[in-house]
Amino acid sequence: MSFKITGNNLYKIFGESPAEALVLLGEGKSKDQIFEQTGQTVGVNGVSFNVAEGEIFVVMGLSGSGKSTLVRMINGLIRPSAGEILIDDIDVAACSANDMRQIRREKVAMVFQHFALLPHKTVAQNVAFGLKIRGVNSADCRERAMKALAQVGLGARADSYPDELSGGMQQRVGLARGLASEPEILLMDEPFSALDPLIRADMQQELLELQRSLKKTIVFITHDLNEALTLGNTIAIMRNGSIVQTGAAQEIVGKPVDDYVSAFVRDIDRSLVFTSQSIAQPAETLDLEHADAHSALRHMDRLKRHAVHVVDKGRLAGIITYRSANDLVRNGGQLADAIQTDFPLVRPETRLFDLYHLAQRGLPIALTDDADRLVGVVEPKAIFAQLANGKA
Amino acid sequence: MMSPSDFFSVPLDDWVNSLVRDWLVPNFRPFFRSLQWPVTQVLNGLSGFLNATPMLAFTFVLSLIAWRTAGRGTAIFTLTALCFIDLIGLWPETMTTLAMVVTAVFFCVAIGIPLGVLSSQSDTFRAVLRPMLDIMQTIPSFVYLVPIVMLFGVGVVPGIIATIIFALPPIVRLTDLGIRNVREDLTEAALSFGATAWQTLVEVQFPLAMRTVMAGLNQTLMLALSMVVITALIGAGGLGLTVFTGLGRLDVGKATAGGVGIVMLAIVLDRISQAIGEKRTIRSPSLLSTIGYLFSLRRDTPAAGAKRAD
Repeated sequence: MSFKITGNNLYKIFGESPAEALVLLGEGKSKDQIFEQTGQTVGVNGVSFNVAEGEIFVVMGLSGSGKSTLVRMINGLIRPSAGEILIDDIDVAACSANDMRQIRREKVAMVFQHFALLPHKTVAQNVAFGLKIRGVNSADCRERAMKALAQVGLGARADSYPDELSGGMQQRVGLARGLASEPEILLMDEPFSALDPLIRADMQQELLELQRSLKKTIVFITHDLNEALTLGNTIAIMRNGSIVQTGAAQEIVGKPVDDYVSAFVRDIDRSLVFTSQSIAQPAETLDLEHADAHSALRHMDRLKRHAVHVVDKGRLAGIITYRSANDLVRNGGQLADAIQTDFPLVRPETRLFDLYHLAQRGLPIALTDDADRLVGVVEPKAIFAQLANGKA
Repeated sequence: MMSPSDFFSVPLDDWVNSLVRDWLVPNFRPFFRSLQWPVTQVLNGLSGFLNATPMLAFTFVLSLIAWRTAGRGTAIFTLTALCFIDLIGLWPETMTTLAMVVTAVFFCVAIGIPLGVLSSQSDTFRAVLRPMLDIMQTIPSFVYLVPIVMLFGVGVVPGIIATIIFALPPIVRLTDLGIRNVREDLTEAALSFGATAWQTLVEVQFPLAMRTVMAGLNQTLMLALSMVVITALIGAGGLGLTVFTGLGRLDVGKATAGGVGIVMLAIVLDRISQAIGEKRTIRSPSLLSTIGYLFSLRRDTPAAGAKRAD
């Protein structure tokens, strides 16, 4: 399978003679030892990664972990000391300055932590900056800038100057500037770190919303694990210049590879990370045509459940509880009449957080796919088991 | 007591003499003379224009400029100062001096800004340039008046060339400083969108360095004014000559009048150039918009601009 961006064995040494430090790294010396011996800093240490087209790849790490250096290697602002970076199978680590510039103009745009808007240009001029640099004429620049501004909801402020806008608005302009040149790849270097928490959450949701329609390949840098988990299709956790774990949010939180990662995920709200699917059990439905109250009771006894879903001619008809089945056995009556048709129902990708109020009713929650087929059930107690998992 | 000079001496004066007299002057005099040509052209043009402009018209225009850029106070001062200069009978001398100073500053800008830009782009170039600027600023101007006379002759233009040498360093240094101080992430942003070095300079670095460059221009202007009297020694005219002749004849009154004229001119030029540097700064770096702004009739525009800059 081919990826949009691939990094192979990337190293970046800051200092006079990177070759020497690379040799020492090869001998297994640590970052600190190399600094003591040669005075050079290892920024990125043997990193490999793959970013699929259209995904949000989040690189998460504390300051000094090399994440900013890594993202700058992708658009050549920093050239790696060793290793290769492939964008659409072109090695940008080795291409000429001219080719690099072409890639920056057409394929890769960047959004910065402190917005990096040009204070002497209006919002529209800022957004059109990438286009102007490419030589697009000013009428087209304006038109495309307005389009990009409309995407981020700032069309009305096109002729303001950046310092007249709030932080959140400024970063929207930064985002619009990134989108205006219609790049395939968007690099975002801690774009929301300088914003206050409420605005940050808004911006995250807006980015997700935009991404739903734009489907860009996004490399997103953050030091905030919550942000990483909210946004990332894939998350890479960096420490001391190396990637310690790569995976989807649930993998990172569910199976941290070492103490470092588990220390990070300890305080995470697991209900926001895990989906209903992760704790689903097989549905084990009853078929209305072949079942009666007795077989329903036996079925539940065997499964040790107090309610099961019932299917009628292949369609999900409702749910029957142990108690109502028991009443049927005692008092007689049709199984079909005892079925509750009002039962909790969600999608497999629904987060546990959104199951709380459904779990209150005590009934198992049905998971149905796009074709309304029952794909599993979630027992209320399984929710709490999953939440408690990390706190053991 | 013994000293090294008992055994050995360094004939620096002889060396310089032979360098300048026996080598530079005979071989390069035509070259240096030809350097005068552009200076002469600019000076003659300016001088002709300023001397032909009626006193009242000039005073009115300069006061208007002062009002548009620096506000009412400076405008009133400009008006008063120029009238006073006229009243003490030094108007033609002042215009000659102004022409010399503006010519010198014009060449300082034309040479200094490119040098400053180059020095901001290359550390090596900066390392070479810095000691030269240090020398230009610290060497007493009397020292290079002699070789300048030998190479260029006497008169106004050699005086202006001496002024250029003396007044050049601040604009070079401050252009360099201004560009180097542009926020790194802004430069990085420009590069990340695929700007070339030249596009980064023109679109981002230079406009943002404008404020510092204008401070350099102001310093250059002030240094040029301070050379006015010294250049009178080698035959430049204007207010410097008034002071110089007053000095020679022990005519305190005349020297004072000339001195007051220089001070008045200096204050007016300083206030206006400072105000241009501070107000225009970040927003609109193009010359056209500056001129448009100077003469725009709506008084509220600069005020709104200033509020935004806060």
